[in-house]
Amino acid sequence: MTDDLEQLKKVMDVSTPGPDASRRAANMKLAQKNFAALQASSALDRPNVRRGLLARVTKGAKSMLNALSHRGLLTATTAVAAVALVVILPQTRDYVPKPTSWKQVQSDVPQNVVAEAEDALGNSEPGFEAPVLAELAAPLSEPRNQRATDQKSVVDGNALTADEGGSTPPELSRLHGLSLERDTEAFATAETNPLKITADDPVSTFSIDVDTASYSIVRSSLLNGKLPPRDAVRIEEMINYFPYAYPLPDGQAPFRPSITVSPTPWNDGTQLVHVAIQGTTPVVEERPPLNLVFLIDTSGSMQDANKLPLLKKSFRLMLAELRPEDQVSIVTYAGSAGQVLEPTFASDQGKILAALQRLEAGGSTAGQAGLQQAYEVAETMSAEGEVTRVLLATDGDFNVGMADPEALRDFIARKRDSGTYLSVLGFGRGNLDDEVMQTLAQNGNGQASYIDTLSEARKILVDQLTGALFPIANDVKIQVEFNPAQIAEYRLIGYETRSLRREDFANDKVDAGDIGAGHSVTAIYEVTPVGSEAIRNQPLRYADSVVSDASEEIGYLKLRFKAPGSEESQLIQEPIFSGQGDVTEDIGFSYAIAGFGQLLRRGEYLNGWSYDEAIALASTSRGDDTFGYRSEAVTLMRLAQSLER
Amino acid sequence: MRMETSDEDLAQAAIEGDAEAFAALLERHYDRIFRLAYRLTGREEQAEDITQDICAGLPSKIAGFQARSKFTTWLYRVVVNAVEDTRRRQATRSRAALGWGDVEQMRRAEAAEVAEAVEWLQTAMRLLPLDLQETLALTLEDEMTHAQAGEVLGVSEGTVSWRLAEIRKRLRAMRQEELAQ
Repeated sequence: MTDDLEQLKKVMDVSTPGPDASRRAANMKLAQKNFAALQASSALDRPNVRRGLLARVTKGAKSMLNALSHRGLLTATTAVAAVALVVILPQTRDYVPKPTSWKQVQSDVPQNVVAEAEDALGNSEPGFEAPVLAELAAPLSEPRNQRATDQKSVVDGNALTADEGGSTPPELSRLHGLSLERDTEAFATAETNPLKITADDPVSTFSIDVDTASYSIVRSSLLNGKLPPRDAVRIEEMINYFPYAYPLPDGQAPFRPSITVSPTPWNDGTQLVHVAIQGTTPVVEERPPLNLVFLIDTSGSMQDANKLPLLKKSFRLMLAELRPEDQVSIVTYAGSAGQVLEPTFASDQGKILAALQRLEAGGSTAGQAGLQQAYEVAETMSAEGEVTRVLLATDGDFNVGMADPEALRDFIARKRDSGTYLSVLGFGRGNLDDEVMQTLAQNGNGQASYIDTLSEARKILVDQLTGALFPIANDVKIQVEFNPAQIAEYRLIGYETRSLRREDFANDKVDAGDIGAGHSVTAIYEVTPVGSEAIRNQPLRYADSVVSDASEEIGYLKLRFKAPGSEESQLIQEPIFSGQGDVTEDIGFSYAIAGFGQLLRRGEYLNGWSYDEAIALASTSRGDDTFGYRSEAVTLMRLAQSLER
Repeated sequence: MRMETSDEDLAQAAIEGDAEAFAALLERHYDRIFRLAYRLTGREEQAEDITQDICAGLPSKIAGFQARSKFTTWLYRVVVNAVEDTRRRQATRSRAALGWGDVEQMRRAEAAEVAEAVEWLQTAMRLLPLDLQETLALTLEDEMTHAQAGEVLGVSEGTVSWRLAEIRKRLRAMRQEELAQ
């Protein structure tokens, strides 16, 4: 038998391609140009430049941090700012929140610095002409060298000689004690919401979340025989994945909250406060014309069967649901962005299908350019009284052009304010940058969905065509105040990435989630009544004891939203009482999913409650389950259970 | 005559600002950079991007080259770092980040038996953890000794040899599993 290694070597030799000749020539030229530029600039007075640059970067990072609110939806940018600060002021690292996405950071920190370094060096050239990746690499070593010289106390100076400008500063990772994972999908993460003591912190504020991507990711993981990464599990998105028949709003109200308080399946000493919000379903005949711009990622990584081909099938499903007066346009991005279908009325199905059919994957991803072009097209389509939306379909591979998430976020937010919304459809596993998807969709007032099967495509694009595409209420925020005389402790299950500051509840400038037509949103609190044996925090000796005020309210729900197009929010409020409402099958099922999510996140509040109980609860709460979503969830629970063993 | 000059001398001249020396050096090693980038990622597209990346950054990086080691050793290290960097930057995971498993490979392989061999290679590469992949890609380079690979990866010669033995073991196990099926 021949040596496997020898054979591998042979195959590798045969299959290793040669470099592309034209790129080789271009790259050689680029290198020489950079070489010349560097020689020219090294004559400048460097120490001065360094001081200027450092000062500027520090200032930038600080003001960026100041400008940011604490909302989870900014995690990406916050992490960027945080690391920028660490780079400059390592002494303050203890105050810096744990970055959630190193990968993002990697591409951004140097990028910001690069731009400054360029003009700081008095480089009169308009930057490098090469794509972003190339720009990145060139002056990367600058800031690191500067740090090394200016802050000797921090850098231990043993950086490898060849490492300059290459990889993560090793000092940084050591400083944080973080292990840099070599390859992970990036997930928007946050620590599980902690148990709060009502007397200390009675108010809980968060933005609603109608995304469902997390459930699809969980499903895809489990079906592949792997437990999903803990951070990929966002419980509220799992719960909100399922359709529930909550009570419909009466009259003109866009939605209706209903509250149920019942015993907790996994803890005898606590109760669950179930807040369900049901959006109204406008009659589909009356909907305004739609303008849809499909922005389709056709980069090389999209050619897998579960990406572009699935996407084509999905869009075909959706096309059948459109009206003749709706307009569709297709913009692709890969290498360079391009419009492959001019705005076309949905009545001309043949033309649309032909354009869709012509799409082929190849090239790298120029996300930002594509997005800009899609918005330009969208603007030409929009007219008074119509709904305009960009639907970005991608596997999340924004490697080229995702230059500055901060700027991109602002760009999308500006477009949102001018009336064009953005939804993100994720395809395929592996490349998916969940955090980027989340950030884009949240800032575009859209939904981030993950499509792994054709039936999922049907659910997202067809069943929810109305919901995903017609917002009925914007910036929906929820605030619950608990009564310390009744409730000793509480915690919000899920919504970790959506928490808002208390004062932002009434601040109409602060963005939050939107509810589409027919959407329902569920939020669940676990509360521990005063006197319960399940109280985890024993009272303090010197704290004021709460005087019972005889009120039977256990809490008070406040809900703010804006009617679409309105700048001013409206307030809905109602008290919460113990034992309020009845536990329907819908509510029981949402509890089962909440428990399932916590099991996947290795929840610490479950008291030994296990998959067996979750499966039992979900099975008995299945209800009609017309589309089989709930049965599928039970299957996934069984899968997770067997993987857990 | 530049072509006879050693890599190390060319590098030294480039550091001192000799543009011609720099160009000659890059010309000499460009294909090598691409090849290693490809073997580390398994994706042609990505290897091209990484090579471009390296070309753009090399002028400023080359000052960090010290004549203590061979130029190629230093250069391989730059490539390995750039690949690791790209992986992190892209926030990608396992299969996709490793690239081995991309369909583009399959299209190149026209003949059925070649396709089969390439598929086997992909499966093999995918099965190996990253450190073994890196070690393997490096040692596949001509004239790369275990000691040199170790220097590039920042591990000892013994570790490289151990890793290669480990790779053999895993390949064998994989083969046996195939036969068993």
